[in-house]
Amino acid sequence: MKDHIVSSFNEELKEVAGRVVEMGGFAETLVNDAVTALLRQDRELAIRTKEADQRLDNMQAELEELCISVIARRQPMASDLRGIIAAMRISNDLERVGDMAKNIAKRTLAIESEFNNKQLAVGVEHMSDMALEQLKAILDAYTSGDLEVVRRVHQRDDEIDALYTSLFRQLLTYMMEDPRSITMCAHLLFCAKNIERIGDHATNIAENIYYMTTGSQLPADRPKTDELEDSAST
Amino acid sequence: MALEMTTDTLSAVDTTVSAPPAVSPDGETLKMRGRDVKVFYGDKQALHGVDLDVRKNRVTALIGPSGCGKSTFLRCLNRMNDTIDICRVKGDILLDNDDIYDPRIDVVELRARVGMVFQKPNPFPKSIFENVAYGARIHGLAQSKTDLEAIVASSLQRAGLFEEVKDRLDEPGTGLSGGQQQRLCIARAIAVSPEVILMDEPCSALDPIATAKVEELIDELRQNYTIVIVTHSMQQAARVSQHTAFFHLGNLVEEGLTNDIFTNPKDQRTQDYITGRFG
Repeated sequence: MKDHIVSSFNEELKEVAGRVVEMGGFAETLVNDAVTALLRQDRELAIRTKEADQRLDNMQAELEELCISVIARRQPMASDLRGIIAAMRISNDLERVGDMAKNIAKRTLAIESEFNNKQLAVGVEHMSDMALEQLKAILDAYTSGDLEVVRRVHQRDDEIDALYTSLFRQLLTYMMEDPRSITMCAHLLFCAKNIERIGDHATNIAENIYYMTTGSQLPADRPKTDELEDSAST
Repeated sequence: MALEMTTDTLSAVDTTVSAPPAVSPDGETLKMRGRDVKVFYGDKQALHGVDLDVRKNRVTALIGPSGCGKSTFLRCLNRMNDTIDICRVKGDILLDNDDIYDPRIDVVELRARVGMVFQKPNPFPKSIFENVAYGARIHGLAQSKTDLEAIVASSLQRAGLFEEVKDRLDEPGTGLSGGQQQRLCIARAIAVSPEVILMDEPCSALDPIATAKVEELIDELRQNYTIVIVTHSMQQAARVSQHTAFFHLGNLVEEGLTNDIFTNPKDQRTQDYITGRFG
């Protein structure tokens, strides 16, 4: 895109985009660290991750302040306006991703018994790998504006949902088999739910990038099937 | 009979034809229609075939960089360009179903139907009352002094100026503040009961508060009149209009709902202009 005639406005738009990317990178790190801490029962890393979330919250607040200031002073139009609005929304999603990571870290500290079930570990790890992959892909798309990637991320969220459903069933079975594992399994279940939510935030970000780039909403062709919700409602 | 003779121009043509009003694809009545409008100043072509509709009871904003032809197009709508010797206009401009460039059209009457407010407030060097009464009087709209007073009062009221000037209608119009003068000019324009009001940068000489009052007025006037406004302020176009047309180098680049133009313009040139990336 061409540069704005007013160079200071141009700088501010670049600053906004730069801060979104920075927040995105930091959110990825938090999720990665939180899941690593969970799988390795690394309490030190969990504590650090829990505390680091505050920084992401601050980044979000500062970015929001910058966006409000740009709107007030520059009255951005068209693609600039969409860019600012998208940045505000995306930063909200990223801030929530940080909260999910923080929650996983907290649960890591709460799980007292040794987390030694290989099968469950693999399930959680697989889910988090996928969520992180989605997050990374969508953050790259924020910079590149590649709508093909945006659509793919939007479509692929179902796979994370499916993994979550299967992990949910597994955990339920363990809990029924061995009531002593209930505390650990309940915590794990929430961790899995948090990871699934991270996938949802990646989907939200995809929708916002699509809006920012095209000015229209991403067509809602994503089949929304949540088996758990279906069974809960019946 | 004598009265009919004097009005045997535009309105008479109108009633005899009485064709149904043109409507847009989305069902709105079109008050004015420009078709392949070309304007030449001597050898220089200022408009290159513009097709633009003006919807009834809507505010249409014309935007674009200086020299893009937006004011030229505006001035075609009530034949103000006739006053420029070297200016030639081609194409069709219809008011309802009347071709306003038809030789049978009385230009004075046309300008009563399509009024104009200019960039700089230009009250006559007369009293506030006379400024508003003048047009109504020469167009024979008032039968008596009481009629005239009623027209002046209601015009000033509609222009949101009555309360501020009701006790000093005999004072010169030029003694008012800039914002009040501009609203006086708007009152003068609506005193002759126009159907369309053209505004050529009506707020460019006003402070923000006076601008806000005129913008509020434009929004109210929309109930009864069709308004076309040329403005250099894109924020103003975004605030007051329902439709926006973007002109560039004598061409109409893009026209559409103001909301769409300012959030998601289709043409790259519109995008570049409204975001400040032009040139």
